[in-house]
Amino acid sequence: MPIVIENLTHTYMPGSPFQATAVHDVSLTVGDGEFLGLIGHTGSGKSTLVQHLNGLLRPTAGRVLVDGVDVFAKGTDRRAIRHKVGLVFQYPEHQLFDETVAKDIAFGPHNMGLDKEHVEARVLQACQWVGIDYQALGDRSIYELSGGQMRRVAIAGVLAMQPQVLVLDEPTAGLDPRGREDILTMVQRLHAEQAITVIMVSHSMEDVARLVNRIVVMNKGRVAMDGAPRQIFTRGEELRAMGLDVPEAVRLADALRARGFAIPPEACLPEEVCAAVAQALGEVGAC
Amino acid sequence: MTIQQSAPSPKVSVEDAVFTYQEDAAPAVDHVTLPIAPGEFVAVLGHNGSGKSSLAKLLNALHLPTQGAVYVCGMDTRQEALLWDIRQRAGMVFQNPDNQLVSTIVEEDVAFGLENLGVPPPQIRERVDAALAAVQMSDYRAAAPHMLSGGQKQRVAIAGVLAMAPEIMILDEATAMLDPSGRREVLDTMCTLHRERGMTVVWITHAMDEAAVAQRVVVLQAGRVALTGTPRQVFAQVERMRALKLDVPPMAEMARLLRARGVPVAADVLTVEEMVEEVCRLSSKT
Repeated sequence: MPIVIENLTHTYMPGSPFQATAVHDVSLTVGDGEFLGLIGHTGSGKSTLVQHLNGLLRPTAGRVLVDGVDVFAKGTDRRAIRHKVGLVFQYPEHQLFDETVAKDIAFGPHNMGLDKEHVEARVLQACQWVGIDYQALGDRSIYELSGGQMRRVAIAGVLAMQPQVLVLDEPTAGLDPRGREDILTMVQRLHAEQAITVIMVSHSMEDVARLVNRIVVMNKGRVAMDGAPRQIFTRGEELRAMGLDVPEAVRLADALRARGFAIPPEACLPEEVCAAVAQALGEVGAC
Repeated sequence: MTIQQSAPSPKVSVEDAVFTYQEDAAPAVDHVTLPIAPGEFVAVLGHNGSGKSSLAKLLNALHLPTQGAVYVCGMDTRQEALLWDIRQRAGMVFQNPDNQLVSTIVEEDVAFGLENLGVPPPQIRERVDAALAAVQMSDYRAAAPHMLSGGQKQRVAIAGVLAMAPEIMILDEATAMLDPSGRREVLDTMCTLHRERGMTVVWITHAMDEAAVAQRVVVLQAGRVALTGTPRQVFAQVERMRALKLDVPPMAEMARLLRARGVPVAADVLTVEEMVEEVCRLSSKT
């Protein structure tokens, strides 16, 4: 179920003194099963862009096609599109509202008009995906959960609709290292095992380097770069000019290369850079 | 006022402090002893629920110790009469920039605390201007806080605390909701205040690269001090940090990976520049 963005422009508060164009003429196609990392400085238009993917924002110009259907064409069933494209906002736990964990996760599938049994099956499935113990926590109040658990319950609420595309806007913001790792491992598994297309907005170059197979860099409302992490990270200077950076492992590789060490340009993850450094040192006979 | 202060006394002294939210619950802070020297920059790490925020709140009398004692500039936080004095000397900046700003204009927000103290207006003007200058937000004095970036909002919150002329600043995950450039702005601001004015800083964070700039790192686990030392000493213990559900800076991890491969770089490398020097040192040894 590809998502095609065609010449999308979005202007907030047009005609007012606060008029601001957040997204300028962006065209982008996201294919089935991609794991796409969307990065960019704050204000670069990432969040505005992703809110078009399930029709939460209406384009000022251009259009978005989900599975060939224009999201804002007359007669498009936008509810159905929202079931296919699940959007997890920043700090999604702020939107938990129901009495119990199970009821909160059931809200989406219930609204889809599924019967009780199907709703329950989906809640169970979603809990399993995000690593929430349904037996132990299903009847708990959401206020009895830790921050990381609340985040996972909120994501489960979206997954319970079994979307084909999952859009996550900074899913690890504000979590501690273990909480971050739990969420990222979970997303990685969903992508691999359920063949879900994932679009993840992130500020962490380290995470993006490790997880995604394609990076789209936004700058001032436009797509500045689009490619595999390895290609993107060779453009450190340009990234820094946009207020971004490359992962530290890449910075190390660049710095060593500048000092004359033979570090292959494709070394990008810590393990790869480590292997390259060990080899480079081995060649000069130091190890 | 009873301020007992002997010559080289710590700025803040946590003495065997216990803090329990509910009587039967496990203590959130469990027999912590932590003296903080004047002008020290201390980073506090720990996974969620390890007691970091509870400890922070003990430092300016938002919480009072259930057992033990906390002294701020020699003042016992349990003495109610000293409460305002203590809070004025130990200022706190919280995580969410949107929950801390109360006014619709930046400079009014910074003046809020001073107005409450009944400081004469000419002095308020002076102190607000100085505080905004110190966080490099003078150009935004007439701006509306909601039009600022997260990093700018946090700097305004810092200015609001600075205007009160504190001796200690406690930042409780003040960068957690910011983007990388906002984080850098806020951390740079605090480093400058520390370096140039000798501000005592308690910096609570999940970001290991931020903790790396501190003079001392304190790691909490289940309300107790699990590990303490310079960033170098603490981050060299990669396995121990993992066991405490924490990360280490990327270059400390790189050092571990290299050493595991038999490349004898120093274990306490923290930055890319240091790692480059280490690798060059090894390659010149033939």
